[in-house]
Amino acid sequence: MSITQNMLHAMVKNKIEFVTTVPCKQLSGIIELLEKDERILHVPSNKEDEGMGLCAGAYMGGKRPCIIMQNTAIGVTINTLVTLIQYYRMPLPILISYRGEVGEKVQCQVEMAVHTKALLEQLKIPTYHFHEPNDANEFDGILNHTFMAKKPVAILTDANFWSSIS
Amino acid sequence: MIRADILKEIIPVISDKLVVSNIGLPSQELHMLDDQPTNFYMLGTMGLASSIGLGLALSQKETVIAIDGDGSVLTNFGTLPTIANNVANNFILLIIDNGSYGSTGDQPTYTGGKTSLAKVAEACGCENVVECKASETKEILEAAIQEKKMTVIVSKCQSGNIPVPVIDIDPAVIRYRFMEEIKARN
Repeated sequence: MSITQNMLHAMVKNKIEFVTTVPCKQLSGIIELLEKDERILHVPSNKEDEGMGLCAGAYMGGKRPCIIMQNTAIGVTINTLVTLIQYYRMPLPILISYRGEVGEKVQCQVEMAVHTKALLEQLKIPTYHFHEPNDANEFDGILNHTFMAKKPVAILTDANFWSSIS
Repeated sequence: MIRADILKEIIPVISDKLVVSNIGLPSQELHMLDDQPTNFYMLGTMGLASSIGLGLALSQKETVIAIDGDGSVLTNFGTLPTIANNVANNFILLIIDNGSYGSTGDQPTYTGGKTSLAKVAEACGCENVVECKASETKEILEAAIQEKKMTVIVSKCQSGNIPVPVIDIDPAVIRYRFMEEIKARN
């Protein structure tokens, strides 16, 4: 099973039915799979805080949500994470493309990479970092943990993690 | 008419419907006038009432009315293309457009100037967009609910606020009772 299939399988197993995305090159494979999968409603959003609003609505409507986005957008989601997702105690898996790590080709991406974990730590968001392709096997357990805990949880996926499929 | 006058008029129409209410005074006014478990009050996060409403409408079958403001739509303009391209016929976005940021001291927004939210919504691809006078809001909202077609209503009203108490319900309680009500209806 490829990494992307493995990740999608974990989402379906954890009854995720609503996914919103703002694309990243590293995430194109999983977004393509999601779009084709009839078990999951894929609603692309224009900005990540908007996407988290959609996820909050979906959760209250009875569908487990997930947002897929790039680490460069963490800044625009801080208020939403704190005053909506955390304040109302909602679960939200945030699958994040961790740009700017080793293997990065775009220099500017490094600038947000150096702040990524510090921001998540400041927000007290449980954070997992997928570096080796086999780390994808942890996704199932992390999703289960997220909905049990009713918290936003970040899964950072770096260039090395995705290297086997690019 | 100001926003509170519109809310008073539409309460008989929205009282038993799922309502996502915009941050600040709109939520506080609705809470004071007609607190219901079917109301989701936003206590923070300016701009996302329409996004929460759309996500909710796409995820269950009951009618959802998002009561938004011009300032909040301006701050989350990206919501309109998403609404237009993901049609939920159980979703109504009611934008109460008083041309000002009511909760922060009635500073003017650009919709009181040259910007038309109805035209923006149409340009984004929303198919049923109605701009109306404040006094027509109830009738148009009732018709939109009956028609079961996703509708964006821009209700133009005067700027102004009434004194209201703060909402002293824990956010987890607001969310929990809202979800229980949704579960019971679906």
